[in-house]
Amino acid sequence: MNNNQFLTDWGLTLMVFLPLAGALVMLLVPKEEEAAHKWIALLASLASAAFGIAIFADFDYDNSKSLQFVVDKRWIDVIHSRYLIGVDGLSLPLLALTLLVVPLCIIYSWNHLPEPRNAKAFLMLILVLHTGMLGTFVAQDLILFFVFFEVVLLPMYFLIGVWGGEQRQYASLKFFLYTLFGSALMIVSFLALFFVTGGETFSIAGLAERVASGDYDISHTTMLLIFGGMFMGFAIKVPMFPFHTWLPDAHTQAPTVGSVILAAILLKLGTYGFVRVALPILPEAAVSWAPWIGGLAVVGIIYGALACLAQTDMKRLIAFSSVAHMGFTMLAIATLTDFGLNAAVFGMVAHGLITGMLFFIAGSVKDRYHTLEIRRLGGLLVKAPRLGWIFGFTAMASLGLPGLAGFWGEFPAILSTYEPGAGLSEVLFRTYMVLAALGTVLAAGYLLWLFQRTAFGTPTAEFADTDVPDVQLPEWIAWTPMLLLIAVLGFFPNLVFGVTDDHMTSVAQSIAAAAGH
Amino acid sequence: MDDLMLNQFLLLGAVLFCIGVYGVLARRNAVMVLMSIELILNAVNINLITFGAQHGDIAGQVFALFVIAVAAAEVGVGLAIVLIIYRNRHSVDLNDVDAMKG
Amino acid sequence: MLENAWIIPLIPAASFLLILFFGKRLPRKGSEIGVAAVGLAFVLALVVNVQWFHHVDNAGERSGHSEEATDDGWFAYAPNTNVAVTSDGHELTRAELLELTNKVEPASEGEHESVAPVTKDWTWFENGDKDINIGMLIDGPAVMMLFVVTLVSLLVHVYSTDYVAGDPRYTHFFAFLSLFTASMLGLIMAKSTLQLIVMWELVGVCSFVLIGHWWEEKPNSDAAVKAFITNRVGDIGLLCGVTILYWSAGQTFDILEINTLAVNGGISSTALTVAAFALLAAVMSKSGQFILHTWLPDAMAGPTPVSALIHAATMVVAGIFMVGRLYGVFFQGFDIGISTVNALAIVGGITVLGGAGLAFVQNDIKKVLAYSTVSQLGYMVMALGVGAWTAAFFHLFTHAFFKACLFLGSGSVSHAVHSFDMKKDMGGLKKWMPQTFWTFMIATAALIGIIPLAGFWSKDEILAGASQLGGDGNYTIFMVVGLIGAFMTAAYMTRCVYLTFFGEYRGHGHPHESGPRITVPLWILAGLALIAGAANIPAWFPGQGSWELRFEHFYEPKGAYFPSALASFEVPEFDPKIAIISTIIGLSSIGLAYLYYWKDRGPHGATERYRIANAGYTVLANKYYFDRLYTDGIVAGVKGPVARAAYWINQNVLDGVVNGAATVAAATGRFVYNRIDQGVVDTIVDGSGSAAEGGGQVLRQLTSGKVQQYGALLFGATAIFAGVLIFVV
Repeated sequence: MNNNQFLTDWGLTLMVFLPLAGALVMLLVPKEEEAAHKWIALLASLASAAFGIAIFADFDYDNSKSLQFVVDKRWIDVIHSRYLIGVDGLSLPLLALTLLVVPLCIIYSWNHLPEPRNAKAFLMLILVLHTGMLGTFVAQDLILFFVFFEVVLLPMYFLIGVWGGEQRQYASLKFFLYTLFGSALMIVSFLALFFVTGGETFSIAGLAERVASGDYDISHTTMLLIFGGMFMGFAIKVPMFPFHTWLPDAHTQAPTVGSVILAAILLKLGTYGFVRVALPILPEAAVSWAPWIGGLAVVGIIYGALACLAQTDMKRLIAFSSVAHMGFTMLAIATLTDFGLNAAVFGMVAHGLITGMLFFIAGSVKDRYHTLEIRRLGGLLVKAPRLGWIFGFTAMASLGLPGLAGFWGEFPAILSTYEPGAGLSEVLFRTYMVLAALGTVLAAGYLLWLFQRTAFGTPTAEFADTDVPDVQLPEWIAWTPMLLLIAVLGFFPNLVFGVTDDHMTSVAQSIAAAAGH
Repeated sequence: MDDLMLNQFLLLGAVLFCIGVYGVLARRNAVMVLMSIELILNAVNINLITFGAQHGDIAGQVFALFVIAVAAAEVGVGLAIVLIIYRNRHSVDLNDVDAMKG
Repeated sequence: MLENAWIIPLIPAASFLLILFFGKRLPRKGSEIGVAAVGLAFVLALVVNVQWFHHVDNAGERSGHSEEATDDGWFAYAPNTNVAVTSDGHELTRAELLELTNKVEPASEGEHESVAPVTKDWTWFENGDKDINIGMLIDGPAVMMLFVVTLVSLLVHVYSTDYVAGDPRYTHFFAFLSLFTASMLGLIMAKSTLQLIVMWELVGVCSFVLIGHWWEEKPNSDAAVKAFITNRVGDIGLLCGVTILYWSAGQTFDILEINTLAVNGGISSTALTVAAFALLAAVMSKSGQFILHTWLPDAMAGPTPVSALIHAATMVVAGIFMVGRLYGVFFQGFDIGISTVNALAIVGGITVLGGAGLAFVQNDIKKVLAYSTVSQLGYMVMALGVGAWTAAFFHLFTHAFFKACLFLGSGSVSHAVHSFDMKKDMGGLKKWMPQTFWTFMIATAALIGIIPLAGFWSKDEILAGASQLGGDGNYTIFMVVGLIGAFMTAAYMTRCVYLTFFGEYRGHGHPHESGPRITVPLWILAGLALIAGAANIPAWFPGQGSWELRFEHFYEPKGAYFPSALASFEVPEFDPKIAIISTIIGLSSIGLAYLYYWKDRGPHGATERYRIANAGYTVLANKYYFDRLYTDGIVAGVKGPVARAAYWINQNVLDGVVNGAATVAAATGRFVYNRIDQGVVDTIVDGSGSAAEGGGQVLRQLTSGKVQQYGALLFGATAIFAGVLIFVV
């Protein structure tokens, strides 16, 4: 029990801040000690993961809809903001994803450090990023949430701006300013929410309660506007059509590990924000906004897929596929039903694993061929058969093949769109359903086309004699867990659904109740 | 002491003070300046003693004794400085000593 | 074993993993695991079949024990209102309707007895307090398919050990054959539509991998991609159809529940119709129906055993199986029992004729067989469309054997001549390859429908169904279609046989008969093509003893979840008139073809002489321009202009806005900097600065370093203050 008490009081905090501590330790080690830096970074992230595992083991899964491991301490008294953290069924899968992906990225970096190397700075930034992402997923206080949400920005800016491709400066600045713009609107919304509810608390649960109680006489327009601000903040992060244009540039220019983290976790901050913050606090506004969100999501699905078909660069194609896939997640959220929200969380996890994996592969292809131009590649299966098969497997997962993880984000999203939540137009959403289903065909189109052009056939004359090494040890270590999870989640979707379901059911019920009056 | 005597003593003090001020401002020899400062101080001493006698208060004489002691110390330090300036520059002309110019 | 039949798909699934990870290290490169696993599955499937026969025969006895024996009028079905009503007139609730599935009715009239399927459920995942189940559904069609799939798969496995020998990806080939078998078995046992989707896609991906087995050649990988994407198009329908059924059946994926509700009026007829249309799209793509058939002939780019197993005998019938599985939905959705024309029958009918027409102009022997498959699948869909469920499944059953035999035979031929081109590299092979020739001839005769081979019985049942079932006027037009199809089938198969086995050898080298691992499977399949028709001999024939309609008896589902419970569902009777007519048509077609090819009679060179004939030939040679439309029209359009336009919009409009905002911001910044900041604000700042400096310059004059000057200032200032003190204060 003592042990558990320690875990309850300190587990989450340690999990969040251990990577930061690791970064501070690295500060003391001279720059030349590359190996030491790698080990410190790996150990810090693994230590954090160890606490995470302890928490998952101790988590009460029968009560996953309520917050557990709550820590509530004084923080900024002046504005009633508190250090309030905790986990529930919604945070858990995303925390697990983060705790898995970051150590794997560090392992992958072992022999894939991008130019200009400098392991110290690179890994420190990743650790800071790690703390920011973990913090966002556990924060239950809007100001705390916002701080973590923004902490993520700066390391990523540097990762792209320093270790990126040729147009890194343009891409990193665009990423930074675009997301900052959204954040600015978001914080305004948070503050507005704080003041219209009497300026007493920033806690998410507290705000939701105050809005729902009806004691504060908030007009519908106000709610719509506040939701709009949050929408901008989160939608840019997701990114939703038409706010997605920072994404392809950032992805194309970012170093491999940066792309992986960006795709696997950073994008999820946006969708997570919708489910964690926007929907529970402002259910009424959510119902009014949902048709628009759904519409943009569907446009994103079709549009992202079409843009993919026009790409000549492998990495940029994968980046655009993110727009399409996150469209499914947002469509699922827009249905405001339990099935939809479950599908959304599953979609986030699945997309994190699959697209993360695709970016890993793209990075490895680039390392071997020094180009990602689809036209010049070909015959990967001849040159590096294992890499080719892994690519094929991941592409299949990405196009939503049943039996692999991607399907459970896609099909339930389509399914729930047929019967959207209370107060939403069935006709409209059923149209969305058909369009989204059409998107799955296009997804198959661009992914198979990509796979055919890069992996099938024989190598182009240019690379006919190039020696291309097959998958190497750090790559195996980094990829195996992800590949296994993609398959395992495909056959046992309950690993995620079982955790999220209770929480999502209660969210959907409260939205339905709010839509009722 | 009547008023006439008082005026004469004060007048003496004023004259000594003016001579001293003149010497401080006009003489270029540092030693002469120091001596002029002594004159100013002594003018002050005369004033102190005069007013002390006028009011029948011993405090004036006590202050004068303090001033004499301070003046002795001041002349000691001042002459030492002058001596060092002379050693370095072979001159005690104050116009040459402007190292503090801004 | 019936309760544990779910083990059967797991055996090849395990074999897939074993071959994938350890196959290369084994002496026979993994093929032994595959053969053993499928062999075991086949034995278990036989056991399941035997036990199922007992189960069916004892169903009546068990129903005797049932206390729920009720009177005939427990509920009456009213086809037009779509609402099941009990005899006292109240509408049944959903729960009551679902009870019907589990109720074992007494065999009052023989036809309407019910046989409870053997089921098993496991929770797959939870959603909103509802458990989504995965399960096993063993009933007639599932048991029948178990037999067909495991048998053909086993023979193909054995055949492949010779046929694919020496291939660099031999191990990988067997791994995916195993995975395919596992997925197909999982599909036929699926109890929930969700599971059906999963397995449906898995067989699709196996098909993709195996078509693209020789992916070094671009046409092969093109064919693979085309197959997958075409199937994905159909899958839109599957996803939508399953979704509609899920919600309209009260949030369930359970096939039994959906069927029970559909049959007994628990689902609105609109929902059923829309769902049936959506699912029809899936059938069209998976089972190669017009207009989504174009991938199937291209799929022949894969190794021949794959064509036999996947693209003839098993996977392509998944669509037929799905219709039969959800027959309640289709029967009610299309009003099959009471109409004279419906979408299902039309699609099937067009495919019968369209496929047969294309088979005429092919020079590639596998393409002939592929279009023949398309056409025969059309028969099955048409049979389902007219309401002849048993006929469709019986044809599926017989077709699997003779078509697999034909494909494997064509593989044997190409193994000998290293080509698939009938006109260039074959001819006269009868002499060189007698075993292949005879098995091929038997299978051809079965396909054409020569009495008493398998195809005769099943095709005849379809024709009888079309002439007898349906509303007023029956589905007569589809019977005519079927007869024309039979004529064409006989003609193109005669041509194919002529070009391959008769005449002079046109190829190079010395063809030789294939080894036993190829010929033995051929003989087994040919034997089945000979006798499989006996499985459902009509009662009309004298002397068949107790063998009448065993197929129907054992394999047709009986119960509230199948439309047989409805008044409008009938079983066609054997009609000697139709049998005689179709036989005459088939024989006359063979005769005409014989005259044309062997005796060189008839309008040779018609395509050169007559413009209409030429136009017809061009249309056929271009495959009705469907490929042109899809590849050059739709696919190229989407990939080309549409995608580029979307991307252009992205780069120039959306990104333009962002970059524009940045440019405007930067320009504003420059303006503010140059004009306001540097112009106004900075002037003020600079001014104060220089003012301060000027003052400083003035004041620094004071600090001359001259002690006496300081003294003068001191005294002057003191004097002034003193003056002020004296004069002012």
